[in-house]
Amino acid sequence: MQETIEKVTKVVKKKRAQKIFTEQLIYEIAETVEKRDLDDKELDELVKKVKKSYDRAKVEDGEAVGTVAAQSVGEPGTQMTMRTFHYAGVAELNVTLGLPRLIEIVDARKKISTPTMAIYFEEEFRGDEEFVRTIANQIGKSTMNDIVQDFHVNYAEMNVVVELDMPKIEDKRLDFEDIINRVEKAFKKVKIDNNVLSFEPAKPSIRELRLLADKVRDLQISGVKNIGKVVIRKEEDEWVIHTEGSNLGAVLKMEGVDKVRTTTNDIHEVEKVLGIEAGRNAIIHEAQRTMDEQGLTVDVRHIMLVADMMSADGSIKSIGRHGISGEKASVLARASFEETGKHLLRASIRGEIDHLTGIIENIIIGQPIPLGTGSVGVLMKQKK
Amino acid sequence: MTGILKKISQINFGLMSPDDIRSMSVTKIVTPDTYDEDGYPIENGLMDPRLGVIDPSLKCSTCGTKGGECQGHFGNINLARPVIHVGFADTIHKILRSTCNTCGRILLTDSEIFDYQNKFKTLIKNEESLTKIIKDVYTVARRDKCPHCEEEQEDVKIDKPVSIVEGNYKLTPSEVRERLEIITDSDSVILGVNAEKAKDGTQVARPEWMILTVLPVPPVTVRPSITLETGERSEDDLTHKLVDILRINQRLKENMEAGAPQLIVEDLWELLQYHVTTYFDNEASGVPPARHRSGRPLKTLAQRLKGKEGRFRSNLSGKRVNFSARTVISPDPNISINEVGVPEIIATEVTVPIKVTEWNLEELKGYIMNGSEVHPGANYVIRPDGRKIRIYDEIKETVAENLEKNYLEKGELGYVVERHLKDGDVVLFNRQPSLHRMSMMAHEVRVLPYKTFRLNLCVCPPYNADFDGDEMNMHVFQTEESRAEAKSLMRVQEHILSPRFGGPIIGGIHDHISGAYLLTRKSAIFNEDQVFQVLRKSKLPLPDRTGKTWTGKQIFSKVLPDDMNMVYRAEVCRKCDECTERSCKNDAYVVIEDGELLSGVIDEKAYGAFSGKILDHIVKEYGTDQAREFLDASTKLAVSGIMKAGFTTSTNDEEIPQEAKEDIEAYLYEAEERVDKLVAAYDNNELEPLPGRSLEETLEMKIMQVLGEARDKSGEIAESYFDINENNAVIMALTGARGSMLNLTQITACVGQQSVRGGRIDRGYSERTLPHFQKRELGAKARGFVHSSYKKGLDPIEFFFHAMGGREGLVDTAIRTAQSGYMQRRLVNALQDLSVNAEGKVTDNRGVVIQTLYGEDGVDPAKSDYGKVVDLDKLVDEMRIKSGK
Repeated sequence: MQETIEKVTKVVKKKRAQKIFTEQLIYEIAETVEKRDLDDKELDELVKKVKKSYDRAKVEDGEAVGTVAAQSVGEPGTQMTMRTFHYAGVAELNVTLGLPRLIEIVDARKKISTPTMAIYFEEEFRGDEEFVRTIANQIGKSTMNDIVQDFHVNYAEMNVVVELDMPKIEDKRLDFEDIINRVEKAFKKVKIDNNVLSFEPAKPSIRELRLLADKVRDLQISGVKNIGKVVIRKEEDEWVIHTEGSNLGAVLKMEGVDKVRTTTNDIHEVEKVLGIEAGRNAIIHEAQRTMDEQGLTVDVRHIMLVADMMSADGSIKSIGRHGISGEKASVLARASFEETGKHLLRASIRGEIDHLTGIIENIIIGQPIPLGTGSVGVLMKQKK
Repeated sequence: MTGILKKISQINFGLMSPDDIRSMSVTKIVTPDTYDEDGYPIENGLMDPRLGVIDPSLKCSTCGTKGGECQGHFGNINLARPVIHVGFADTIHKILRSTCNTCGRILLTDSEIFDYQNKFKTLIKNEESLTKIIKDVYTVARRDKCPHCEEEQEDVKIDKPVSIVEGNYKLTPSEVRERLEIITDSDSVILGVNAEKAKDGTQVARPEWMILTVLPVPPVTVRPSITLETGERSEDDLTHKLVDILRINQRLKENMEAGAPQLIVEDLWELLQYHVTTYFDNEASGVPPARHRSGRPLKTLAQRLKGKEGRFRSNLSGKRVNFSARTVISPDPNISINEVGVPEIIATEVTVPIKVTEWNLEELKGYIMNGSEVHPGANYVIRPDGRKIRIYDEIKETVAENLEKNYLEKGELGYVVERHLKDGDVVLFNRQPSLHRMSMMAHEVRVLPYKTFRLNLCVCPPYNADFDGDEMNMHVFQTEESRAEAKSLMRVQEHILSPRFGGPIIGGIHDHISGAYLLTRKSAIFNEDQVFQVLRKSKLPLPDRTGKTWTGKQIFSKVLPDDMNMVYRAEVCRKCDECTERSCKNDAYVVIEDGELLSGVIDEKAYGAFSGKILDHIVKEYGTDQAREFLDASTKLAVSGIMKAGFTTSTNDEEIPQEAKEDIEAYLYEAEERVDKLVAAYDNNELEPLPGRSLEETLEMKIMQVLGEARDKSGEIAESYFDINENNAVIMALTGARGSMLNLTQITACVGQQSVRGGRIDRGYSERTLPHFQKRELGAKARGFVHSSYKKGLDPIEFFFHAMGGREGLVDTAIRTAQSGYMQRRLVNALQDLSVNAEGKVTDNRGVVIQTLYGEDGVDPAKSDYGKVVDLDKLVDEMRIKSGK
């Protein structure tokens, strides 16, 4: 492969196209050369043709790429489904999809409606079901209720007696000691006799006792914060954990977890844990996935532009009055979008100046807009 | 365009000082009345003639211009007591909270002040938003003790909307104003009020100007009164409000002068505050809106600007225009995709201005002589002095003569004739909602009889138009520049490829596709007479007669470019495990060699909208002119093809033999039994839950799966009896012309499960959907499984469930359009300023770089091949076909 790449690079240089051909493209050409078994003459012609196509496909100066991107992302919205819940691949988990999800992405919501993670594992653990199950139980939320064999509220003796189900604990790969520690930490008045625990309420009243019973049942004995249910699935000879809820930071710290492929659909979390570039990629990935799932094709470049706009200043900003549109430099642009009064009043006390460089401002005052054919002028030499 | 074009370079915003308001006003307004008994405006009243005139027959007594030209002049009202401006109440509160109640300094230490001043400087230099830092100042500058004069501070609260309370004492606007007055200019800046003195000593704002002592009165042109048919005058809402303000102001003044008790004065003061508040904003929270006599809330200043119907969105960002037309659309397969049929009645109404020159004088004279009623006529002549002369039958001769005389003999230049629209004019054509740029395209006019706009069927997809009563708009360009621009950038043929995915969005639909299929399928053999009829009808060049029979593929090859080479799989491809390529039994393997269709049928994949590969190839390799010709020719060919074969469909197409029906029935019963078994297993607690799911959810999922399979399987049984060679409905479904196999099997075999909210139907009565069922019944029928086919007919219960599912769909669509419309508006607003600059960078209007190279490769998706620069495999295929490998 390496050889072919070099060969292609040489041909590209010969055709004086090395500046416009991206690395990715050269790689793709090399791949085609190997797959289709091209001879030198054919390669020559191929590169020539690719270069021609490239020249033809270049974006023109002054092109209103922003508007085109916005329209291309927005227009298919009308064709999307409204149904919020749908299973994407994993039948056991609900994930928000369709238009509501797309809106969620461009809104850059802090709290998304269905956060979910896909946790992959490093090479040596991929096929190890036992290991994956252990991790899954560490991540997934289990409560006392999941491991009790017998649960008994004894009104006569004013206590709650819980008999733990050892095989279940075994099955869930939980550590008995750990459970006991957690129980002791959460409840002061508890007697432990092997796998039988008895709890006493702070005050001996029936009300207190019942509250205590609920509290005992709901005591979390394992799991990572913010993560609920987990589902283990075999995807092409490797085990993958899908979760309900998301905590990328904590999961990435766990042993054996593939730091490269493990993802979450919570864009803000990606940004927080991995940085703004990763956040930008998360937006692109999530938006594209939402579109693809609905069978709509939208060019990545449009989604990229939306994502780049949202992350341009180093933090993820929403599309709308609390984000990009609300922070525009022009008073008229802000006033004509939303909250007209607020922006005009604010502009007056701050003595803001509108330089009229944007689109909407120029439309408002009736001048040609600085885009496309309006972005160029004619310069004339003065006659002496 | 004549004269020098002036360009506005910037707009400065600022607060008006009381002095500003007084100096720009032409009169004081004192009397709360508008007109006297004789109907004349009262001096110093709200309709004072000095405020400007509207009636074109009157002259303005201030500027001397006629009504209509005079834009009006402000007046002013001296308020007896100062009042707070509602819009600034919040800011005033925050400023008072952040400043000392005695010395008026900001509650920050000197070093903090220095810090913030520097921060402000950099932010202003970078044109960044100050909102955040000002908010920050407001929180930091909340101290219990003034760092400058050591005075204890009491908490200042705001009682919405305009009362400012310190401790337990309510500050009067006068007191508030006094406090604001002593704030220094430099402190004000940090507090968000730009009080910095310019070099000439002027200021854009001062904190105390947020308290009104004098109120500007807008000119009458801003609040014109309307005369009703009865002769009654009806005043504008703003005038009503100003009358209220004047009345209270008067009473307050009188009471104060008479030395009325404090309580009464305060009450009146509060009332004045209320009226001034509602004058500015009648929807301010905490204030009951002022109402008209009829009970309708008044539309005051803020309401005039705000929202979709406000000044900004409906009069400034978008405007009503002349030279436009709107009517119902209807199809015309005989005009080019570039054309639009314009009814004569519209063509004689909307006009194109043409400058009179030596070369077109005769032609234009001809139009004038035709008058304004006869089609290629003219409506107006504009003389060099700017006068517009309407052309009537009585004067048309004189106008034409004068034009010729003045132009030729006196050499007068600058005549313009507004002539009727005629064939070949470029117009803009639009259908709302304008969701993408293909919703507005330039067409060439074809003046046609009758009263509808006519358009080629291929342009339906980009406009998303159909002919069930849709209306569209047309705009006529008025300048040469706009015409030139539209013709090179906006013409329909330039938009065959969608920038959304880099494929064609304009292309054959419905009968174009089934027609092309009928023409090109294997069994289509034509004798020479038929071939000539088809070719003639589609206006293709006729070959020499040879007496041989033709295949349909040969006919279709006539519209393909001569040197075209392509290989692809057609829509009818069934995706067999092993492809037999050219010997495909469905004839789905399309091979085009040197412009000759050798194998494969022409269907949606060939030249349909959204997926036409041949069309896509032609646009990209041969240019848009050829693409237009191809589309025009191929669709005409397909239409003549379908007319040769004949095409009809009825429910007979969905008929299957009795034994098939029995098979389906048996399968469905079996499936329903399986559902019953699942329910039984659930009842007996024998069901194993899926991981992470409850028992009920598991049951539902399993039942849904069984019933889904049941419908698919019964559909498959029905499908096996459908033959594409003898069934037109199947032709439509498989070629992608219209409908799908699912539609057909729903008619024939089984409609399937109806759903509401993504699951089986589970609403209605308590614990059951309908009283016909047992409580908690979970069987197929009880939860909306429609066993019948559409053809057989639904029973009442099925019908009801079907209607439930249908209703959900309708509601869904309604909500979706609203939501996605708003999302689109936000997206466009956020991204509209982005453009590619000369270096290929994407920047916004401030010059901030968003992308260093557009799309990471500088490729325009509209010109790309489905997002990629090139499809390497396709290139190799073409090369090999050419070299014959």
